Amino acid sequence: MNRLIFERSRTGRVSAQLAPAGAVVDDIPPALLRAAPPPLPEAAELDVVRHYTRLSQKNFSIDTQFYPLGSCTMKYNPRAANALAMLPEFLAHHPLAPEATGQGLLACLHELQEILCEVSGMAGVSLAPMAGAQGEFAGVAMIRAWHRSRGDHARSEIIVPDAAHGTNPATATMCGYAVREVPTDRSGNVDLDRLRAAVGPQTAGLMLTNPSTLGVFEQRILDIRDIVHGAGGLLYYDGANLNAIVGKVKPGAMGFDVIHMNLHKTFSTPHGGGGPGAGPVGVAERLLPFLPIPMVACEAGSDGRGTYRWLTEADRPQSIGRLSAFMGNVGVLLRAYVYARMLGRKGMARVAEFATLNANYLMVELARAGFDLAYPARRASHEFIVTLKRLKDETGVSAMDFAKRLLDKGVHAPTTYFPLLVPECLLIEPTETESKETLDAFVAAMKAVLEEARTQPDLVKSAPHTMPVRRLDDVRAARELDVVWKKSTRT
Amino acid sequence: MLDAAGVGGIDALFDEIPAQLKQVRLERVPEALNEMQVTRLLQERAAQDGRWSSFIGAGAYEHYIPAAVWQLVTRGEFYSAYTPYQAEASQGTLQLLYEYQSMIAGLTGLDAANASLYDGASALAEAILMAVRLHKSSRRILLPANLHPHYAAVARALTSSQGVELIELSYDSRRGTITPDALPLDGAAALVIAQPNAFGGLEDVHALTDRAHAHGVLVIAVVNPVSLGLLNAPGEWGTQGADIAVGEGQPLGVPLSGGGPYFGFMTCKAAHIRQMPGRIAGRTVDLDGTPGFTLTLQAREQHIRRSKATSNICTNQGLAVTAATIHMALLGPAGLQRVAQTCHANLLALLERLQPLGVRPRFSASCFHEVVIDVGAPAPAVLAAMRAQGVLGGFDLGQWSPELSSSLLVCVTETKTMADLDHYAQALAAALSGRSSQERAS
Repeated sequence: MNRLIFERSRTGRVSAQLAPAGAVVDDIPPALLRAAPPPLPEAAELDVVRHYTRLSQKNFSIDTQFYPLGSCTMKYNPRAANALAMLPEFLAHHPLAPEATGQGLLACLHELQEILCEVSGMAGVSLAPMAGAQGEFAGVAMIRAWHRSRGDHARSEIIVPDAAHGTNPATATMCGYAVREVPTDRSGNVDLDRLRAAVGPQTAGLMLTNPSTLGVFEQRILDIRDIVHGAGGLLYYDGANLNAIVGKVKPGAMGFDVIHMNLHKTFSTPHGGGGPGAGPVGVAERLLPFLPIPMVACEAGSDGRGTYRWLTEADRPQSIGRLSAFMGNVGVLLRAYVYARMLGRKGMARVAEFATLNANYLMVELARAGFDLAYPARRASHEFIVTLKRLKDETGVSAMDFAKRLLDKGVHAPTTYFPLLVPECLLIEPTETESKETLDAFVAAMKAVLEEARTQPDLVKSAPHTMPVRRLDDVRAARELDVVWKKSTRT
Repeated sequence: MLDAAGVGGIDALFDEIPAQLKQVRLERVPEALNEMQVTRLLQERAAQDGRWSSFIGAGAYEHYIPAAVWQLVTRGEFYSAYTPYQAEASQGTLQLLYEYQSMIAGLTGLDAANASLYDGASALAEAILMAVRLHKSSRRILLPANLHPHYAAVARALTSSQGVELIELSYDSRRGTITPDALPLDGAAALVIAQPNAFGGLEDVHALTDRAHAHGVLVIAVVNPVSLGLLNAPGEWGTQGADIAVGEGQPLGVPLSGGGPYFGFMTCKAAHIRQMPGRIAGRTVDLDGTPGFTLTLQAREQHIRRSKATSNICTNQGLAVTAATIHMALLGPAGLQRVAQTCHANLLALLERLQPLGVRPRFSASCFHEVVIDVGAPAPAVLAAMRAQGVLGGFDLGQWSPELSSSLLVCVTETKTMADLDHYAQALAAALSGRSSQERAS
């Protein structure tokens, strides 16, 4: 590891960033004042710049490597979106500044709301949720609010397929629901008989990802809709895989009542090493009053031009409420807006087309190279699953080992061990922004690791060999917790 | 590629989708713009919003951000990396998160930190849920009425379906602070203490913390991280310190940006870490014994624990935390102290300039960098008149409470010069005299 910034600290060293010396504070009770300076590192600006530049170089990233991470949509993040979201006026805009001083910003956000409405096929959208998981929370909270507004208090369960993202059941619990899981049938679709048996007067709704996390489109989505709606439940669309169908199919047309969209996936805002994301929610007509606040409204001004303003509790008394201190992740929303404007009407469908083409090409090529597909009879959506179960049985090389060895080949590993129901799986999502050359190079890397697994399995099992560290001891990390550096314990 | 994929055309790739679903029109999506065109559009919109001399705080604060911070943050290796689940290929992000956790834990005087939550308000909601898990026998939380009302609203929205009971504590109308006597502590799980409170005032955190602990009630501190350059850390409150500290991380190097993205920080005592939500980076060793970093305690999280997870959160605010880490490293202890001292000194300097106008603080408690002033006239009109002079004169507290309809919440940070403060005083004087001359005329 690189030395910690704390270990580079030298007493009394400062950067050029000091504010003017402050006056002595004599009007605050001394008991409320800090006795010793805060324990931050003391470093010169060059020390800091060099330290964090070097740390950055230890990361894989889209800008430096192919990143076929299934279910995560690691596609190119256009630089223009970043540059324009960081225009000085936008950065300086205070969230509680008068709306008259933010009409330009609000116009962008309002148009984004409209674009997301259109793409999702929903009646209304709120940009408030700060991430996909918070969008899920908002969605399920709206389902709950809707049932309650009708005096239906008997609905206590949310149904999720066993292939669902972990956030789905976790969200249902946070919203006070019990979780009922339905299995997947052999072809990768939701098992309809089991779904029919699962629904009833206790069903609040079903959370579904479509195309699913198995990389296939739920072919009987309209039957699923009828079963859930027939039982009085609502249909929730987890927009994690919207990238696969954007511009081709609208979730609203499939019968979904609520949707969240991960803008850091389909709308290409940066993942940033774990965030920030943005998870706008859209709803069908009947759920409109419950959307989270604030939302942007456009009202005709006296001069005939639109005037934008934020809607709050006073405008939307039935809203599930406020999810953030201010207006959600505005800077992320601006990036998504720029991306959407650059794609335009025709570009939306092109995203789904190229993402699907790349996935299907890669799937066929990997099958040809000797890999086992989890669902060989199915068309891939924007992603697909390879299972290494046979390889594991033959050589002892696991999906984890395989993934780590891919790092040595200069590509980020696909998603491993998710979804949980396919053993030794790699979930592979190439995205639409990669070229055929990159895909072919990935196939070559996969073949090379497959060959190594058969001829030198120990090499693969002990991978990676070329990263800044070798495989890390996760058990020790959890058992001998060290999450904060302490000066006293290290020198 | 189509041939290789075994299809005759693009449409065949979508042949598993029922045909009646594929009739898509996107009329409300405009035609594409190229980069030059979209740049022109956004520049025009940004220019329309203009630049102002702003004295609005109320939970989001203007501070100077060194140029190095966002130049480093937007390096592709930070900007376009994923969550560091593949630890060996993410040592940069993981070490940075470990350093962040160390800095924020040190700043708040507590033992452990997570890698951040969405924002200050949602971090408070998560702290409330965490306190309920820790306390086990009570779901009652005491929330002061001088907590930022948006924080209370978010706490309500995020905890209501889990049976959490939020009790509002009134504040002393003269001091603007919570009185430690006569708090309904019996049977409560946690007391929330905001320092400074939403009026900018400083609470008697030691007495409040000790009272709460004497009743077996956990203490959740809501603090402004920049104020901790000057004020004592939650870990030093009372004899035992606060149990959990949360707050809005935005003042540490994150631009105002219309309300986000910011980040919420959360730190706690060592004993509570397994009930903490969110990602945590930890230090460990590799097969050779070389130190390295990985995400740890993942068994608390949704991707492992599913419906039994501590939270559904599967994000930290990565880039915002990257900015905060670099920002804190650049400031260092002396830099943060000076920023805090300068904010406070500038607030006092402004108040001095307002005295001749007969404008005084509404509450008597000491303040950090934000204060409530009574302008003796409806706040919206006063603010509109100041805006005509290029000054955003503060936040209209009438929006929070009708009895504060002639009060402004005014914030001054290190970014303001004495000339800016003079300009504020002139703008306010003009607003007030323009008003009184109008009154005389009518």
